[in-house]
Amino acid sequence: MTVSRFRTIIYIVAAIVSLAGLADATYLSVQALTGETLGCGGSPDCFRVLGSPYARIGGIPVALFGLVAYFTAFSFATFAAFGYARARIFLIPTIGAMFLGTLWLLYVQAFLLHAYCRFCLFSAATTFLLAGLVIALPAGRDRSIS
Amino acid sequence: MKRYLPFVIVALVALATIGSGAMLYRARRPHVLSIPENKTVSAKGDAGAPHIRGNPDAPVTLEEYGDFQCPPCGMFATFLGQLENEYDSRLRVVFRNFPLTMHEHAREAALAAEAAGLQGRFWEMHDVLYREQETWSKAPNVRELFESYAGTIGLDVDKFKKDMDGEQVKARVEADRQRGQSLGIQITPTLFINNQPLDPKDKNPEGIRAEINAALEKKSQT
Repeated sequence: MTVSRFRTIIYIVAAIVSLAGLADATYLSVQALTGETLGCGGSPDCFRVLGSPYARIGGIPVALFGLVAYFTAFSFATFAAFGYARARIFLIPTIGAMFLGTLWLLYVQAFLLHAYCRFCLFSAATTFLLAGLVIALPAGRDRSIS
Repeated sequence: MKRYLPFVIVALVALATIGSGAMLYRARRPHVLSIPENKTVSAKGDAGAPHIRGNPDAPVTLEEYGDFQCPPCGMFATFLGQLENEYDSRLRVVFRNFPLTMHEHAREAALAAEAAGLQGRFWEMHDVLYREQETWSKAPNVRELFESYAGTIGLDVDKFKKDMDGEQVKARVEADRQRGQSLGIQITPTLFINNQPLDPKDKNPEGIRAEINAALEKKSQT
């Protein structure tokens, strides 16, 4: 297998993983927008985390930022898989920012709220997987569309 | 063609995300009905006099369906005290029991509040239960704690114990729960301001104040 082909496969896998994260973030965003996370009765393990003040930034649910981030990562990974050089350049900082955001959210759950939301943990797992895929990308340049 | 394929894929995923998000939003959005005229707290023939705090003739009524073991209800109870001070005689508060089955001790707490209500101390027990929520929620034997709370607020503890097991308080809690179900309530706290359900997205201090102010303005115009 050539290095170029290996890279393409990693971008395709990254796009698929981003899709899983996108689905999760969409679900969490809907929960936040319907107000389900502000009361008991919905997902009991989620309202403690998603109903906390850390779950919103400037009144906007963090899950919505996640939705945008996963969609961006998906788009860059898809374009990168088709050989778009700029998408490859942007994909790495996007996933880097998502990784840092995820670390903060895990810290909040573990040390500030002492509660875990399984949908948030799934999102963290997908971001870690994306970070792992980006790290696994072989260095160097290959044929691309600019 | 291959050059444009990623654009098509990304556009399709964007559409699918928006579409599925919108469908999910419609499906999960709570459909709580307004309280019908014949079921308002002032209506005659209302089964079981509701627990009212504040000026009985206040222009604004805030009706809560709550669960004593629900943490957001506990947080709301603290905020409710602030609201009552702020709006004073312009606001009356009504509490209805809606114990959720997911909370192990919620029903028993509702029975305790109603048993206290039989001795005219519903709101005192309401306040203690929310204030001490974290303690009794994790306790293996909540009865002992509830009895100690009853003693603290000056109840006849023997009567309280008997009433907690009595049919009257059970029927009262069940009536509230059924009333809530008939209105489409699924989560707690669910709030009504002058019989209109509060949109879940407004379930925050600013949103609640804005709705109360709007209700006051509406009343002053009529």
